[in-house]
Amino acid sequence: MRIGLFIPCYIDAFFPEVGVATLELLERLGHEVVYPRDQTCCGQPMANSGFNIECTNTEALFVHNFSGFDYVVAPSGSCVHHVRDNFDAIRQTPEVKQVRARTYELVEFLHDVLKVAAFPWARFPHRIGLHNSCGTLRRLKHATPSELHEPFYSKPMDLLSKVGGIEFVSPARPDECCGFGGTFAVFNEVVSTKMGYDKVTDHTRAGAEYIVSADSSCLMHQQGCAERIGLPIKFIHIAQILAGASA
Amino acid sequence: MSGNDGMLHPDLLGRDGEEAILRGGRRLDHAEAASKPLRSHPEQQPRGAKVHGRRPIDQAEAASRFIAAPEHEKMHDERLWDLRLKRDREMQALPEWEELRSLASAIKEHTLTRLDEYLDQFEANARSNGVYLHWARDAAEHNHIVHGILRDHGAKSLIKSKSMLTEECGFRYYMASVGIEVIETDLGERIQQLDNEDPSHVVVPAVHKLRTDVAEVFAATIGTDPDNSDVHYLAEAQREATRPLILAADAGMTGCNFAVAETGSVVVCTNEGNADLSANVPKLHIASIGIEKVVPRLEHLAVFVRLLSRSALGSPITQYTSHFRGPRKGGEMHIVLVDNGRSERLGLADFWTSLKCIRCGACMNTCPVYRRSGGLSYGATYSGPIGLIIDPTFNARTYSNLPFASTLNGSCTNVCPVKINIHEQIYAWRRELVRQHEVPFVKKVVMKAAGELLSRPAAYRAAISTTDAVLAHLPRFLIYNGLNAWGKHREVPHPPRQTFHSWYHANRGEKP
Repeated sequence: MRIGLFIPCYIDAFFPEVGVATLELLERLGHEVVYPRDQTCCGQPMANSGFNIECTNTEALFVHNFSGFDYVVAPSGSCVHHVRDNFDAIRQTPEVKQVRARTYELVEFLHDVLKVAAFPWARFPHRIGLHNSCGTLRRLKHATPSELHEPFYSKPMDLLSKVGGIEFVSPARPDECCGFGGTFAVFNEVVSTKMGYDKVTDHTRAGAEYIVSADSSCLMHQQGCAERIGLPIKFIHIAQILAGASA
Repeated sequence: MSGNDGMLHPDLLGRDGEEAILRGGRRLDHAEAASKPLRSHPEQQPRGAKVHGRRPIDQAEAASRFIAAPEHEKMHDERLWDLRLKRDREMQALPEWEELRSLASAIKEHTLTRLDEYLDQFEANARSNGVYLHWARDAAEHNHIVHGILRDHGAKSLIKSKSMLTEECGFRYYMASVGIEVIETDLGERIQQLDNEDPSHVVVPAVHKLRTDVAEVFAATIGTDPDNSDVHYLAEAQREATRPLILAADAGMTGCNFAVAETGSVVVCTNEGNADLSANVPKLHIASIGIEKVVPRLEHLAVFVRLLSRSALGSPITQYTSHFRGPRKGGEMHIVLVDNGRSERLGLADFWTSLKCIRCGACMNTCPVYRRSGGLSYGATYSGPIGLIIDPTFNARTYSNLPFASTLNGSCTNVCPVKINIHEQIYAWRRELVRQHEVPFVKKVVMKAAGELLSRPAAYRAAISTTDAVLAHLPRFLIYNGLNAWGKHREVPHPPRQTFHSWYHANRGEKP
């Protein structure tokens, strides 16, 4: 299986360790992983602001970079949601449709496609609060959202349960948005940060040492909020835990 | 202070290190202490969005003032979240919940795609029940029609139950301008009327107010004790003040939750019974109804009535579900069917399903942005998620910022009892507003530049080639106005030693 590694722009710039963990994890699972050097971004920042035409060339570049892989995998729910569900500035040729359909977020790729049974190299003896980003929860359907009357499931929890030592804590509002929201974080920064304070406080009260998520953007925002109000809680991407990070 | 601080009510603690009023009441014994109000000044209620003509409403500015009033924000967030939790409990108790939502959505979509037929049927049946039926193209026509009916009856005062449609029509202001007294009979709506403020929520219109705010409003308007914010005292005082007005009113008005086509009846759901007072006490009853409120058959109420109050307040049903089919003996009943932009909305491919809305407010209760902003920050009749997708249909410029007051988290869509894809419509509105050039010019320039940079790998790499440059450039094009807004209330991310791209090159790549 030949996998195209899609490292979203903010992970490239701010969280290279998440990209490294994703790459090493997929390789450890025995797959050929290629990182196309000319990748930049999926266009989400413009598209979410309503500027869809401005995404046309960025989308064309994305398809050019990722065409021909069996799968495209990214450690970011919101970017994958964008590619799969909203990536429509360019003409929808069979090639474009194929790239979009083959693009997976890491958790669902491990859970649904590879069906990984164990992560024997991973151990994370900590109390963690799981933060399902809104993109992974309500669009990619990683887990049952609290608003729906549906049987409970959680793909990230399934994966993390295979890692030794983890203890899950239960925040009072488990799937309330943390307030990042892309450009919302700057255009509505007061509401955004208030939501962030409330989110990290909720996890802290529940006893979490770490907030774990499949989205670094939420974690970046939450970390900024926690540091500002002086909460000692720590943050780690799920890829790092599954790849065997110790802390 | 002693170690007893934690035991004392905050009001009993001295300010700025002053000696507290002790539980023994020692300091109350002398005149100075007796003249000192026991309660320190309550937090002032933050007011809603500032309106400057046709300039776009700045929701973020108003929301920041709401958050700057922490007692209000905390109470508001917790009170509405509590409604959400109660809704969840009701949902969990009904195994058929998701099926009900699908049914409700299907009934509404069916009706909206045959709206003309069902409205004709409703009209015919209402008329045969002895009701006078009027059609109003817009808000102005609605107000004129109602004014005309009242004038014909020589009515000088009107009691009414809660109606978002009349808010949409600016009805209260219009009636004031023609010298007719309007008395709101819903408690929350009455509070808002007395405070000369619009409702901040479609179901709980004064939810943004603390009881101390209400005490202040009532003290100024109906003469209650300004220092007494006991809810029972305030509610009773309001009842005593309003009951005589209700009994003496010349006419009554209600809104409508469901207009049943096959019976021509108007169904109104309330918890205070105030719609029944409004419809039954005076001899003249006028019901104002948005044309999207029609449902084909009485049996369809079995679906909607089960969903409405569970979604809104987390209660199985409203205290009163009143069916008004015709005028009472010796009385007169009028129905005004109002379009006010609805048929135009019905023609919008991306947005027509917003007409399915049954105004339960569940999307507001669950919305983390709404809960922390207050409904008045939206500066529009409809606030919260449903407001973001309805308000721009009234005026795309004035409400052009609203679709951006969302993280697109999608919780609103999941709680919606009629399955409106609210967050997808918010996203679609952003595109539509850019198409109509209703976004700031500078944003447009930045987004265009971002689009160009992100489609040219070499230029992109050059722009972020060093980590310093990452901090300097990346956020600028990603989040447009840079780290000022990011860093105001949160820390900026710690720049790593190298990007993933450079790491890959150093560790895996032969190719540059």
